[in-house]
Amino acid sequence: MHRQSPILRWRKFPERYRLEGNRCNRCGIVYFPKKELCECSCKEFSSFQLSGKGKILTYTEIKSSPEEFSEMTPYCVGIIELAEGPKITGQITDATVDELKVGDDVEQVFRKFLAVGDSGVIHYGVKFKKIE
Amino acid sequence: MEKVGIIGIGATKFGELWKQSLRDLLAESQLKAIEDAKISEKDIDLIFTGNMCSGDFSGQNHLGSMASEILNLNVPSIRVEAACASGSVALRQGMQAIRGGEADIVLVNGVEKMTDVQTRQATTGLMGAGDEEWEGFNGLTFCGLYAMMARAYMHKYRLTREQLALVSVKNHKHATYNPIAHYHNEITVDQVLNSSIIADPLTLLDCSPITDGSASVVLAREDIARKFESPIWILGSGQANDTLSLHARKSLTEIPASTHAAQRALMQAKLGIDKVNVTEVHDCFSIAEVMAIEDLGLIPRGEAGRIMEEGQTYFDGKVPVNSCGGLKACGHPIGATGIKQVWEIVKQLRNEAGKRQIGKANIGLTHNVGGTGSTVVVNVFGRDRENKGY
Amino acid sequence: MVKKLNIGIVGFGCYIPKFRIRTEDIAVANNQNVDLIKGALLINEKTVPNKDEDSISIAVEACKNALLRAKIASSRIKAIYMGSESHPYAVKASSAIVGEVLGVGNDFTAADVEFACKAGTAAIQMIAGQVEAEMIDYGLAIGSDTSQGAPGDALEYSAAAGGAAFIIGKNKVGKEESAANILYTLSRTTDTPDFWRRNNQQYPTHMGRFTGEEAYFKHIVSTSQAMLNETGLKIEDFDHVIFHQPNGKFPLKAAKVLGVTNEQLKYGIVVHDIGNTYSGSSLLGLVNVLENALPNQKILLTSYGSGSGSDCFVIETTNLITEKQKIGKNLLNYMQNKQYVNYNQYRQMVKMIH
Repeated sequence: MHRQSPILRWRKFPERYRLEGNRCNRCGIVYFPKKELCECSCKEFSSFQLSGKGKILTYTEIKSSPEEFSEMTPYCVGIIELAEGPKITGQITDATVDELKVGDDVEQVFRKFLAVGDSGVIHYGVKFKKIE
Repeated sequence: MEKVGIIGIGATKFGELWKQSLRDLLAESQLKAIEDAKISEKDIDLIFTGNMCSGDFSGQNHLGSMASEILNLNVPSIRVEAACASGSVALRQGMQAIRGGEADIVLVNGVEKMTDVQTRQATTGLMGAGDEEWEGFNGLTFCGLYAMMARAYMHKYRLTREQLALVSVKNHKHATYNPIAHYHNEITVDQVLNSSIIADPLTLLDCSPITDGSASVVLAREDIARKFESPIWILGSGQANDTLSLHARKSLTEIPASTHAAQRALMQAKLGIDKVNVTEVHDCFSIAEVMAIEDLGLIPRGEAGRIMEEGQTYFDGKVPVNSCGGLKACGHPIGATGIKQVWEIVKQLRNEAGKRQIGKANIGLTHNVGGTGSTVVVNVFGRDRENKGY
Repeated sequence: MVKKLNIGIVGFGCYIPKFRIRTEDIAVANNQNVDLIKGALLINEKTVPNKDEDSISIAVEACKNALLRAKIASSRIKAIYMGSESHPYAVKASSAIVGEVLGVGNDFTAADVEFACKAGTAAIQMIAGQVEAEMIDYGLAIGSDTSQGAPGDALEYSAAAGGAAFIIGKNKVGKEESAANILYTLSRTTDTPDFWRRNNQQYPTHMGRFTGEEAYFKHIVSTSQAMLNETGLKIEDFDHVIFHQPNGKFPLKAAKVLGVTNEQLKYGIVVHDIGNTYSGSSLLGLVNVLENALPNQKILLTSYGSGSGSDCFVIETTNLITEKQKIGKNLLNYMQNKQYVNYNQYRQMVKMIH
């Protein structure tokens, strides 16, 4: 139901499409996804563009997927530590699980996530890919 | 602080219960618990029901009213949701209501009807326990999230795939002694390794199943509970929360909220973890039991592999864990799990656990996790109201 | 007389997917003679898009490389035209999605362009017109496709995925920022029923040899000749020549008619190991030329789109070309970083319908 909503994804395009995070104006911690309240209790943030480069902390290959993702299955997902500090969940594309290792360097790529049936919206966003 | 006693327990059979609806399950466990307590339903002042997905899986929300209607009561009746920790959080609400003077006797339920939808739909519904905005969008499943923890843990502590499989092997063995368990078959390490991969490196037999079930307990104020035959006492209760998403967590190889919740519960109980005789931990996936026994301090960090190989976590071992078969083999009806853990500890402390009885048990502990460690509740139970320095 | 333009290519970039299928693997799956096919098409292998790639995702990656080389903030782009015959939506602009991903902001115009394989060069002309008229400072022209070919059809051996992007601005004499300047462009258009795809059809239909003689060769040759006549340039004045390349053979044959040497085609023909990327086809040739050309070299580019038409360009590199060549990923990087898939994997990746 919610995963078919184009609006729910639309409002996060700056994050999903080009990794726009934010940075605390007081202590300088970088957040992605964006935060409303910093660990230092500050509420003043500036938008911050992440490079999309990072390394794999851990990963899996999803073989049994939620129904919306069945066309894309199997696919790899990992937790990426971005160069600027934040850790983020991301699909790792153009690779099978055997080709990945903890610690591998990755960079962002823009890819399709899923198409909702034959008539629904197509969801896009940032994924990651090994730097070769 | 005033103690709260458990004076009645009840649970349905756990499994794929095609003939029973959400309401049928809830009714059965409620009535069993009331019967076990030897009270009238009219003695109940308040009802809490833990449940996660009834809206997604049965199209039914508003379970508070369903629970009270079953008992023909007009008392306040409230649904509690904290993903897989819903049951334990409901128990804490009941306990706090008694301590706060709101009620003398409280009925606490946990229920989940999961098999009315397809597995893929259930998978999507359960992802509501994670961060939908990032984890769900990326196509993660709960098995995927725990698979990532498993990979990180195996990488850090050199746990082998074979060692990890021992969790499921042991829990299936335990379940053969538990009449309400979902499964009554033993499995081998090879079977775990060769079952289909769900989210690499976890296979089907690393995963708790999709199970229907309901469990209920009756709580009573200290002075009332003392009038009942062998009440079991809640000696301590702790809850800790952490980030909704796994990626924002400080560690991927442990669940810090488990450690914090355990410290709070044990401090309240004035007990060390070494005094706990029997433990029910949250093994939604095999790796979860590995992390749990370390997070609770039952064994040193990073040694789960060796300790499991030595058979220490069997019900007759030095650190008995999940004597009921755990979530893996007793089954994991999400909202019911936390209450079923209490049901098992009460059985053990009452010396009613039959073939899986660990011997004389004085202190028991439950550990119930919501999401990837976003909510953790640890409760400590005792046969006696006071710490007698066992 | 064709008008002398004041247009510069400020940034250029391309993207092709990582996966390849060999021509022999397709031939074997279709019970066709490998040598015959290879001899007829001169294609060794072609790119295969991953399941999560489409003409929009390919366009975005090409645009990122173009932006790096342009060294301008994406917010300075005021027009985006994306040419493709595989826009993921029938109605919803690919170009608007690309703009959002690149963070262009909202003060820009955009439209999707379709003219078979020449939609990308048409987009360049549209941007060039706006820049020349000083309506905008910078515009982005894209050609990107995940092309389709029915199983067993000749097109199955060539239909590939890839794209190229160009940031077009003013040729600022004395304050150079262009890698190359577009000196002239002209087009010829006819109504020729050589190749088409109706709404809701997965695969295009073509008219075999008619598609060659009356369509490709007629338009490529006559448009190129028109450009030479109008400008007074001779074919030997060009260091590099690029034609649309639906297969390896057609551009060679057109080159022969026009007197183009193999040396002139050295960087401009890239189809042999990539396949026909439709709207990206001749533009990938242009990117490869720009990635290898020396300063002050002349380039002749003639695209072809079925239906039919050709756009011809005369381009000259500047002194900045060498510096821009050092930035970003080039076509050779993408060509070398490849992984082969078998026919079954390929079928699943392109969701082939039998």
